[in-house]
Amino acid sequence: MKTNSKKESQENSHPPRWAQRFLAWYCRASLLEDLEGDLNEYFDRNLRMKGARYARMIYMIDVLKFFRSYTVRKPDFLNLQIHYLMIGSYVRTSRRSLVRNKLFSFINIIGLAVSMSVGLLVIAFLADVHAYDDFQEKKDRIYRVITHQQGGTGAGMDLASTSVKVGRKLRETIPGVEDLTIIRGGFSGDAQIGESTFPLEAKWADQSFFKVFTFPLVAGDPASALKEPYSLVLTQETAKKLFADADPMGQTVRFDTLDYMVTGIAKDVPHLSHLRFDALISFASADATNGKTDQYFYNWDSVWSNYVYLTLPEGESPAGVQRALDRLSAEENKTLRDQRVNVSLQPLKDVTLGNHMSNNIGPATSPLTVWTLVGLASVIILSACFNYTNLSIARSLRRSREVGMRKVMGAQKSHVLGQFMAESVIVALLALLISFVLYYLFLRKEFLTLGPDISELVTLDLSVRSVLCFVIFAVVTGLAAGFLPAMFLSKISAVTVMKDTSGLKIFKRVGLRKTLIVVQYTLSLIFIATTMIGYGQYKGFLNFDLGFTTENVLNIKLQGNDAAVLKKELAELPEVREISQSMMITSVGSAYGALMKYQPGDSAMVWQNMIDEHYLPVHKHNLLSGANFTLRPEKGKESEVIVNQQVLKRFNIAGQDAQKALGHFVTIDGQKLAIVGVLKDFHYGTVENKIEPVIFRYAGSQPRGYLNLKIASQDQDATLAKIENVWKKFDKIHPLDARFYDNQIEGAYSQFSIMLKMIGFVAVLAICIASLGLLGMVVFTIETRLNEISIRKVLGASETELVYLLCRGFLLLLAIAAVIALPLTYLFFDKIILTRFAYHQPIDLSDLLGGSVLVMLLAFLMIGSQTMKAARNNPAKVLKSN
Amino acid sequence: MKGTNLGEFEELVLLTIAALVQEAYSVAICDELEKHTGRVSKLGVVHTVLNRLEEKGLVKSRMGEATSARGGKRKRYYEVTQTGKIGLMRAKEVRDGLWNIIPTFNIEIA
Repeated sequence: MKTNSKKESQENSHPPRWAQRFLAWYCRASLLEDLEGDLNEYFDRNLRMKGARYARMIYMIDVLKFFRSYTVRKPDFLNLQIHYLMIGSYVRTSRRSLVRNKLFSFINIIGLAVSMSVGLLVIAFLADVHAYDDFQEKKDRIYRVITHQQGGTGAGMDLASTSVKVGRKLRETIPGVEDLTIIRGGFSGDAQIGESTFPLEAKWADQSFFKVFTFPLVAGDPASALKEPYSLVLTQETAKKLFADADPMGQTVRFDTLDYMVTGIAKDVPHLSHLRFDALISFASADATNGKTDQYFYNWDSVWSNYVYLTLPEGESPAGVQRALDRLSAEENKTLRDQRVNVSLQPLKDVTLGNHMSNNIGPATSPLTVWTLVGLASVIILSACFNYTNLSIARSLRRSREVGMRKVMGAQKSHVLGQFMAESVIVALLALLISFVLYYLFLRKEFLTLGPDISELVTLDLSVRSVLCFVIFAVVTGLAAGFLPAMFLSKISAVTVMKDTSGLKIFKRVGLRKTLIVVQYTLSLIFIATTMIGYGQYKGFLNFDLGFTTENVLNIKLQGNDAAVLKKELAELPEVREISQSMMITSVGSAYGALMKYQPGDSAMVWQNMIDEHYLPVHKHNLLSGANFTLRPEKGKESEVIVNQQVLKRFNIAGQDAQKALGHFVTIDGQKLAIVGVLKDFHYGTVENKIEPVIFRYAGSQPRGYLNLKIASQDQDATLAKIENVWKKFDKIHPLDARFYDNQIEGAYSQFSIMLKMIGFVAVLAICIASLGLLGMVVFTIETRLNEISIRKVLGASETELVYLLCRGFLLLLAIAAVIALPLTYLFFDKIILTRFAYHQPIDLSDLLGGSVLVMLLAFLMIGSQTMKAARNNPAKVLKSN
Repeated sequence: MKGTNLGEFEELVLLTIAALVQEAYSVAICDELEKHTGRVSKLGVVHTVLNRLEEKGLVKSRMGEATSARGGKRKRYYEVTQTGKIGLMRAKEVRDGLWNIIPTFNIEIA
């Protein structure tokens, strides 16, 4: 206790260090010393009379008070001018030094270039994401109404969509909204113009659309183009597709039985717009069609396909409208049973780069993705910077004479610092040239073709802004890489170097260099282990036993056609063994819910699929009891349902006994159905989710669904070609959309494969860079110890002993890196990543170790070859030449 | 010619420097001023004035010897220059001249 307080008082009896340092930093040299003395004197006086705390406080206040125009140091113009004059010399010496040490320059420049190309990619990506919707003139004032929907006790869903009702209410009852537009997605139909037909997708939008958004019209009146029912606005591209060179204005386009008139032609939507459309249909048309037939259309909880955007007057905060929305939500939720729907405002700039939301209207990404990319790039760049730092410090012995000479000639510390910083910036700029070529010719294309989501989101086109960012980025990288070596070299004292270089405390930095190597290898090993484990798990997902078979099943999207005719024609192909129909494809991530009730008062969401009687045999589903659908009811007259074990468990039907459950009645979406079969549990969703209650219902004809073809032939391509021929005769408008089930499952996990490819790529880069760095260090170490090796050899050391001697240090570093990296990766996967998957395989230790062994072998090879070369040297030659 | 005129506080500081002779450095000047005027003199104020006086050429300064006190920092000693002395004399003359033309000056003791 006593010693403690003594130590404390010692610390307190000293003026605050930061204040001292601050004073020394800002105060002119001519005034500094006596001012420091004066403050010290007052400090001592206050310490004696009023105690430490008071004295320290007064000292701090005084230091701040003395920050005045006459005490503050002027910027040292002379120094700056010298730097300016010397730039030519810096460039010249940098060039000489680069040319003189080819291996080291190569390692530095290539390492930096490779890593920086990743950096360029991330910068271009960020630039694109941040440039989203920049062309909107009112971008700072546009808000989107978003929805939080919660049914029952679950966590609820964040939706980008909302209800028509909230838009109407906002427009009619809430003041403070300048303009508001309601958009509805999902119009899709076949546009008939004269004799020809084109498939067309469009959005409904009301007449204020062009007031809120900046989408210029090349023809038509923005104020009235979307006013009347059955008006249609096309983009230039769509107009060209539909009408070729004829003037589209005023023409009619027929969808089904309704005629729409073209009232406007909009300029094509820029790629960096979250809201994209080929055509717009006036919202009044939706009122006149869906609005009339669909009871649910104007309901408060009809929040699945409508989007509401509004602008606020300039300088207005959204808080007022938000309060009104809160009140509105509270009021409307009183009328809802079992669910709550709350709406809120989201600024336009958060739409593309916001938190994850379902039902997004356009491409979006999350901050997490962006930060992951930035993190991966930083790791790589840091690794390359480490190489530069390491090699430069290691080689500083060679350049210490130069520094000494410069200092003798009158260079100050800041000049030497400037010189070496300039040198590293030059290296970084050289690397930028190479990295730009790498990025633009290779990386950019590879990245854009990784997945359709990515090319949808960004274009990675060059802009003035991004190129400027590239250059700034290169300069910053150069400064970061060069800082430590420049500091080290600038501290060298001229006298010591000129007298005797061995006095240079170069090996004091060995600890730092070793740490950097360990960090590099730890990161490399983590990446490679992550890739290997991730790949193992991914393969596991693809080959997962789903509880049914997907092998040789080809799913064809019907796209609105009646299946009966097509089925008959396809069945004639010898390769097609059996055909079934289904509403959706299970296990690939999509899901359709239904409300099920067994006991009164206990209803719950179950997942469903509508199938025909061939579906179960085609997919070899396992029936525990009961049988396949036997009745073939017309639409709306169904009476049977097949359920899985989880249904029995959830509703506790017949004590969960599959046999006894047969014949029990359940109510699904208001229809009373009898259980005719119980299926063994299978995966309806992806393996991320636990198996939940699933039901199969019967539907004979589903034009929006799929045909599932069991293919007998091994030649998939030939079969597909035959099927395509049949399809072409059958449907002349839509191209065939047929995919093998296994490929679809692969598609469902494509985000993992994209992630794996990226991490794998980063791993390869990290390993290359770390290996280059290690190579540089080994070469350098051997070079400096060549005499020692020769003498040892003369005295009788064997080659093996010498190799061991030289390798020992490096091997130890690699071992440390492995000891840190491998358990860390294992724990990361075991405790964090894999807990997110309800079903996964255990981590395969061979995956964990395999990559690491490879990396280690590479390192051994490098160290080994270099040390062998050194050990084989003829000692006489080495010793003589020195 | 405003620059050469002495302000009231400047004059006081200048006089103090002259009075302290060899021991005139900032902290001592502050203390001495406090002793004679009874007002608290802040180092910051005195420091600014000293700086200004030196700029005007009324005082000159030299660094003293380093001692173990003051954290080993040297003191800056001030000395009134010839110009400073003339300035002080002139100020005194102006006052004396005014005093001399005052006929009687009674302080009533209440």
